[in-house]
Amino acid sequence: MPYDNQPEYDRLVFELSSPGREAFSLPEPDVPVEGARARIPAGYLRREPAALPEVSELDVVRHYSRLSQMNYGIDTHFYPLGSCTMKYNPRINEDMARLPGFGRLHPLTPAPHAQGALALMHRLAGMLAEISGMDAVSLQPAAGAQGEMAGVLMIRAYHAARGERRTKVLVPDSAHGTNPATTALAGYEVIEVKSTPSGEVEVDDLERHLGPDVAAFMITVPNTLGNFEPRIVEITERCHAHGAQVYMDGANLNAILGITRPGDLGFDVCHFNLHKTFTTPHGGGGPGAGPVGVKAHLEPFLPVPVVTKDGERYGLDWKRPKSIGKLHGFWGNVGMLVRAYAYIRTMGAEGLRAVSDNAVLNANYVMKRLEGHYDVAAAGPCMHECVLSARRQKKHGVSAMDVAKRLLDLGFYAPSTYFPLIVEEALMVEPTETESKETLDAFCDAMIRIAREAETDVSVIHAAPTTTPVRRLDQARAAREPSLRWRPEA
Amino acid sequence: MRYLPNTADNQRVMLETIGAGSIEDLLVKVPAKVRLSRPLALPPALAESDLVAELRGLAGRNADADGWVSFLGGGAYDHYVPSPIDHLISRGEFLTAYTPYQPEASQGTLRSIYEYQTMIAELTGMDVANASMYDGASSLAEAVLMAVSATGRREVVLAGGVHPLHRRVTATYCSGPAVRLRDVPAPAGVLDLEAAQRAVNGKTAALVVQTPNFYGCLEDVAAAADLAHAAGAVLVVSADPVNLGVLEAPGRLGADIVVGEGQGLGVPLSFGGPYLGVLAAKREFVRRLPGRLVGATVDLDGRRGFVLTLQTREQHIRRARATSNICTNVALCALMATIYMATLGKRGLVRVGELAMAKARYAADRLAAVPGVALRFPEAPFFKEFALRLPRPPDRVVARLARERILAGLPLKTFDRRLADCLLVAVTEKRTKDEIDALAAALAKAVA
Amino acid sequence: MRVGITAFAQEQLGDVVFVELPKVGARVTAHQAFGVVESVKAVSDLFAPVTGEVVEVNPELASKPEIVNQDPYGKGWMLVVQPADPGEWDGLLTSQQYEEFLAQDAH
Repeated sequence: MPYDNQPEYDRLVFELSSPGREAFSLPEPDVPVEGARARIPAGYLRREPAALPEVSELDVVRHYSRLSQMNYGIDTHFYPLGSCTMKYNPRINEDMARLPGFGRLHPLTPAPHAQGALALMHRLAGMLAEISGMDAVSLQPAAGAQGEMAGVLMIRAYHAARGERRTKVLVPDSAHGTNPATTALAGYEVIEVKSTPSGEVEVDDLERHLGPDVAAFMITVPNTLGNFEPRIVEITERCHAHGAQVYMDGANLNAILGITRPGDLGFDVCHFNLHKTFTTPHGGGGPGAGPVGVKAHLEPFLPVPVVTKDGERYGLDWKRPKSIGKLHGFWGNVGMLVRAYAYIRTMGAEGLRAVSDNAVLNANYVMKRLEGHYDVAAAGPCMHECVLSARRQKKHGVSAMDVAKRLLDLGFYAPSTYFPLIVEEALMVEPTETESKETLDAFCDAMIRIAREAETDVSVIHAAPTTTPVRRLDQARAAREPSLRWRPEA
Repeated sequence: MRYLPNTADNQRVMLETIGAGSIEDLLVKVPAKVRLSRPLALPPALAESDLVAELRGLAGRNADADGWVSFLGGGAYDHYVPSPIDHLISRGEFLTAYTPYQPEASQGTLRSIYEYQTMIAELTGMDVANASMYDGASSLAEAVLMAVSATGRREVVLAGGVHPLHRRVTATYCSGPAVRLRDVPAPAGVLDLEAAQRAVNGKTAALVVQTPNFYGCLEDVAAAADLAHAAGAVLVVSADPVNLGVLEAPGRLGADIVVGEGQGLGVPLSFGGPYLGVLAAKREFVRRLPGRLVGATVDLDGRRGFVLTLQTREQHIRRARATSNICTNVALCALMATIYMATLGKRGLVRVGELAMAKARYAADRLAAVPGVALRFPEAPFFKEFALRLPRPPDRVVARLARERILAGLPLKTFDRRLADCLLVAVTEKRTKDEIDALAAALAKAVA
Repeated sequence: MRVGITAFAQEQLGDVVFVELPKVGARVTAHQAFGVVESVKAVSDLFAPVTGEVVEVNPELASKPEIVNQDPYGKGWMLVVQPADPGEWDGLLTSQQYEEFLAQDAH
């Protein structure tokens, strides 16, 4: 068990503070300080120094090293989080993003002196366009949700340019929460479309909702139950017949690299999650990058600026009168773009195809090994992930959350739980292609053990986790009496 | 392939277990007519050594702040990043962890975010800070939307000194909910308070000021606060947190919501991102905050622990009625900032600010003494950045100084035509007196 | 008329952590949302059983939302509404009728 031999470490950095200690190193002033201060109105200057900690450099290094040891990461644990694509994050990508020419490059460096960065961006956009079958790609969105926003605003601008006023966006009931949140933010009414029990779009329900007031249909492919939507071409055609645009949430792109492409399926817009499919690290919740690809008819509406190539010179084009405007403070999360570029260059076409093949194989293998022990939400074969249900375990008083907590004790991070919302007691498992058969077997053995424990020894499940730095936490208390910052004890 | 562990033998055994003849058999649901019938047209795969050579080649064509002396600012600054930061954030347990939805296995991330929220609240003088937004621009946009929802009003007044790119992002975010943006000019480098007085009224959800503003000038936040509050509007202040060791906390001057670009707190320049969107507010806005929040609680044994809390605000629960669509944030950049603030500490952050302030003052005096060169806004106080009026076109001067590996600053023409003869110069604690003197000498030659 | 949520509803929600209610003097409309009740991981609209004016709001709920779980029919009440049409009473179920309805639904 990973933490048994660790003494409990319960400090916050503020609690290590001792007046007079320091961890910083700064040059002595070589110009006068006080004269400069006198030129600023006294009321603008801070009266009391901010109560930041006073610690030594070793305090800092040891504190954060010990905090890190309280996390599970891909580097330390199998991380089968469905819909999140927690695959190995190659170290060479980290090195490349840290090359001074990228990591230490100011965003407002004149274009003639940033040709390498602009060239990389231009090439990456081209590669993503090829992978997705789209005509143009903007690298600007900072994450999937911002990519969605760019996409939905482009759709809105497209309809407006044609003199059409459409007020609704259709979203399946199995969708990621960002889809309805984004469409609402973009000023649309969100209409839910029903799914079949296996997570496919109910095409009749979709058809019922389609009409002259519908701007777009947003859908994840493969869907959030891990299945490829068999009627997808019919769906995109029906939407187009009603003048609606079709948006693909690219969260599950890892399943279809080199197999099929959003553009060929009839989609008008799709976003990419570089922190999922293209191995940039999740970093405990971000940063990510959410480039967005479009077909030619939406290209005039791309966010500004667009990276351009004119002969051998790269630049930023701001003169795009139909653009939806700007989304990122500068040009996008370029540090993430460098990592994704390095990954695609490492893999090549054949490598990317092998990624999806193995992701699909691994998910089907896990599903097959577990189908006798847990209910399966949708019949296989699945794509890159499978959704199980702890419905059967629930009869013994064991919920999906209980299974998740017990897995932590058995040395695995948990699958996604309670998503998609249309599956009762959902456990969504995405093994990814970078895990070996041995790891998958160990995980399946643990899952089967928990299924047995549910029938024989519920108490060990309900007590879990016991090997983590803390046991189950009182979420209700955290929400009822929010304590959102540390304060010194009086 | 080194990232793909399944051997041919593994694949065979796994397919047998599944009961499929081949991987192709698993792809039956993908209709044949939309299958890609050719390999993707991508450049050939590279061995690691070849990849390094290719990316070094590209990196070598960029004027980075290691090989050049940089006076570039305009929303991103070359502050020094202490060595421990990159070592610590590179630990796989931080780097390769997901959003801390399973709190028992994520206490490291959660505890560090709780520290981050505490430090940002302290620096800004606010009650509560969230766990981060994408960047300063999206923080500003989301703060404006918070003010709109809190007041039920649909107009927002922006000071002319707000970063023009942040303003453009805010306009994009406001286009969906049809919030009207009004701009108040800053002819003398700071907000024209009389014009602001006329613009802010009973329809105004928020007045937005940035300090130091895009031109480097310090705004009178207290006066802006009085003006906003008299009309029942929210005061949103955009401030660079690295300056707040020396500059007064906006919360003490009357701000209701404080946002800012936190890149200066130990986050690499990276050609513009990923950066750190700071967002903090007074207590009464807590249920309107976008993004994640970490709270303290206890576990079954009564031990202190941390969880994501007040999640019903967020898209994964409230969906179309969420306070924002944000999901992924910039947790790792927030961790860089946390370690930065812990390293600099109470006195170090003051020193960083003092050094930048003093060197900027020295640089302004030296450069304004160059014949034909003058401060563009001589009456307005500034902090670490200032605008100069040049006797020759600034982009040509910049090109000329580039020959000496000096990034002289940012020509303002593309941001504001009225400032076509201006150059924005930023000075951090890293610039030395010698470098500033060299800039002055090179500038004198270039404009002579 | 005192308005709250049923024992069944509070059980479905789980630990109630926040209740958002209208102010005294506000009007509520039958079958329309008048407020929100939140648990850790769910949000539900509160629907008015009748049309009328809010004459009282439970002051305890702001600081102790958990009483909705502990005593939904007693201390966990939410509003007192003065019904515009007293006849609307007749369309409502008693808690016992409601439980019978749930029991049927379960089959």
